[in-house]
Amino acid sequence: MTEAQHPLDHLLRADRLPHIWCPGCGIGIAMRCLVLALEELGRPLDRVVVVSGIGCSARVAGYVRLDGFHTTHGRAIPFATGLKLAKPDLTVIVFSGDGDLAAIGGNHLIHAARRNLDLTVICVNNFIYGMTGGQFGPTTPLSARSTTTPYGNFEPPFNLPALVAASGAVYVARWTVFHVRRLITAFQEAIAKRGFSFVEVLSPCPTGYLRRNKLGEALEMMRYFKARSEIRHGADPAEAGIEMGGKLLLGKFVDIQRPTYHERMREQLARSFIEPYAEKVSEEIKAEEVES
Amino acid sequence: MKRGPAVLTGVHFFNGDVACAEGALAAGCRFFAGYPITPATEIAERMAERLPEVGGTFIQMEDEIASLSAVLGASWAGVKAMTATSGPGFSLMMENLGFGYMTETPCVIVNVQRGGPSTGLPTLVGQGDMLQARWGSHGDYETIVLAPSSAQEMFDLTIAAFNLSEKYRLPVLLLSDAIIGHITERVIIPPEEEIPIVNRKTFRGPREAYLPYLPDEDLVPPMVAAGEGYRVYITGLTHDERGYPSTSPEVQERLVCRLVEKIRRNKHDIIRLEECGIEDAEVVLVAYGVSARVAYRAMELARAAGHRVGWLRLITVWPFPEERLRDLATRVRAFIVPELNLGQIVREVERCAEGRTRTIPVLRPGGAVHAPRELLTSIEEAFHD
Repeated sequence: MTEAQHPLDHLLRADRLPHIWCPGCGIGIAMRCLVLALEELGRPLDRVVVVSGIGCSARVAGYVRLDGFHTTHGRAIPFATGLKLAKPDLTVIVFSGDGDLAAIGGNHLIHAARRNLDLTVICVNNFIYGMTGGQFGPTTPLSARSTTTPYGNFEPPFNLPALVAASGAVYVARWTVFHVRRLITAFQEAIAKRGFSFVEVLSPCPTGYLRRNKLGEALEMMRYFKARSEIRHGADPAEAGIEMGGKLLLGKFVDIQRPTYHERMREQLARSFIEPYAEKVSEEIKAEEVES
Repeated sequence: MKRGPAVLTGVHFFNGDVACAEGALAAGCRFFAGYPITPATEIAERMAERLPEVGGTFIQMEDEIASLSAVLGASWAGVKAMTATSGPGFSLMMENLGFGYMTETPCVIVNVQRGGPSTGLPTLVGQGDMLQARWGSHGDYETIVLAPSSAQEMFDLTIAAFNLSEKYRLPVLLLSDAIIGHITERVIIPPEEEIPIVNRKTFRGPREAYLPYLPDEDLVPPMVAAGEGYRVYITGLTHDERGYPSTSPEVQERLVCRLVEKIRRNKHDIIRLEECGIEDAEVVLVAYGVSARVAYRAMELARAAGHRVGWLRLITVWPFPEERLRDLATRVRAFIVPELNLGQIVREVERCAEGRTRTIPVLRPGGAVHAPRELLTSIEEAFHD
């Protein structure tokens, strides 16, 4: 690099530019928010790992200058589970799309939330399969057009915050790529949260979703995000369903505490293995006290 | 500090599945992710009991896809990792298996085979996954498959599987079967210091100098783990030496040919066979797994009846020991291949025979092993024709 550097170059693989995203795509904004969140959070970046599955959003794992794993379709969460269990001091962030996490990977999503393993899952929801050219997915609103719903979608979509909250996540938030400051804060809170945290990021897909549904350019979607958002922290995530052109419930819906997978495992094992596990537990509690 | 030793040195009476779990622990495996399935469940049960004793981690995942995903993740955390399953679960693992070959992730996958296809015969023996193990994931790759024939070998070959996976950086498959998994036999576990252990080559130079997929002369690139500061990018996409995705046909050729070549070039190090009575044999029984035990008895019966019969057991099934079979084909009058499938490894034997000698399949679709007498009939036919 001889040119003037971008202030975030040390966190991005500038040698991989240009990226694959279309003009107007919101994934880059979400990635920038993640990188800014990490920089401000002050965690040692050598210990931060980004894991993704397949799809446009999944490419983030290869653009951030961190350990990144671009795994198989839908399997980012179980791969991240293995990483975290084998090396518990890693900060493990799953960054992927709605199709990857909620359709092909949906089973892993709910089970990871149930286990309350200390993972952060960032789900960019652009309402469509973008990489394959605009097929409907598990988050596509009713009546929306896609290449595989040419007469309009008649499958009801998932309400992701409600799904994940019901499955046991201890932190659940939803923002849009218009709300960048809120998004950065949410990423920081989610990463800092002990246990399974989930942030849904609504994002425009001008090529695969907006164009086919005659919703205008990406900017129109940003205006929609601004105009029709209702921020209500602590709202019941059951109310967060999305209809085409309808209002968007945003905010931090869940921020609770319950024992993590590791805490429960160690507590249970300590009953059988007094020496190693009791010591491990107390060491960890001490370490956490020092951190906070 | 630790409650149990990792290596249970001594003489035991174990079933094959338990011996496999103990072999994994002796090899240094400290992570197991699995999903219950007959007849492999006892491996998970043993690991669930033993891993916490040695400071390792056991997790029961939501399915076999997740199990192998977690194993691959654990391996990239620098921990030796294993999963165990049977046919239906093995089918679910095929995509991630390919990810393991493409990203060169060391790990061990045990398949205790049962009768198939589909749900098939959950409690009964089969050897129907031998070609799936070789060709089941999409695209071109080479693999290593070991086939144990005893509870002792469930221990020994699990260690060998780990060592090969670490040395050549790939998933190594242990293809057992319901009988070898459940047979209870004497298993001798040697002292820890007598068990050879291979660990993956690691890179410890400066970060700027590290190219994750730049191979050494042996075609195997040194590995790092997540969290060590190397900031690696690992993808299942075709990638260059930096690990960066590429759509160039040249990069594809360089990568895929190396993945294949690193195994083919080292086949002499990888292939293990056991032979008996080959020197004067006119007919050779070629078998593996539980079928090799039956074949051994058939050889004994045939020799007692005055037939010059030899026995060749494939300990390594893949890469296939082509050279040895081609060599034998020039001087024996027939190969007899008993299998608990409708003709899988026999195709390889026939290919190596190249028409120079007869290849006689003796096939059953699983459910029960052959009777030695059945094989004897085939042996007699081979001599009479």
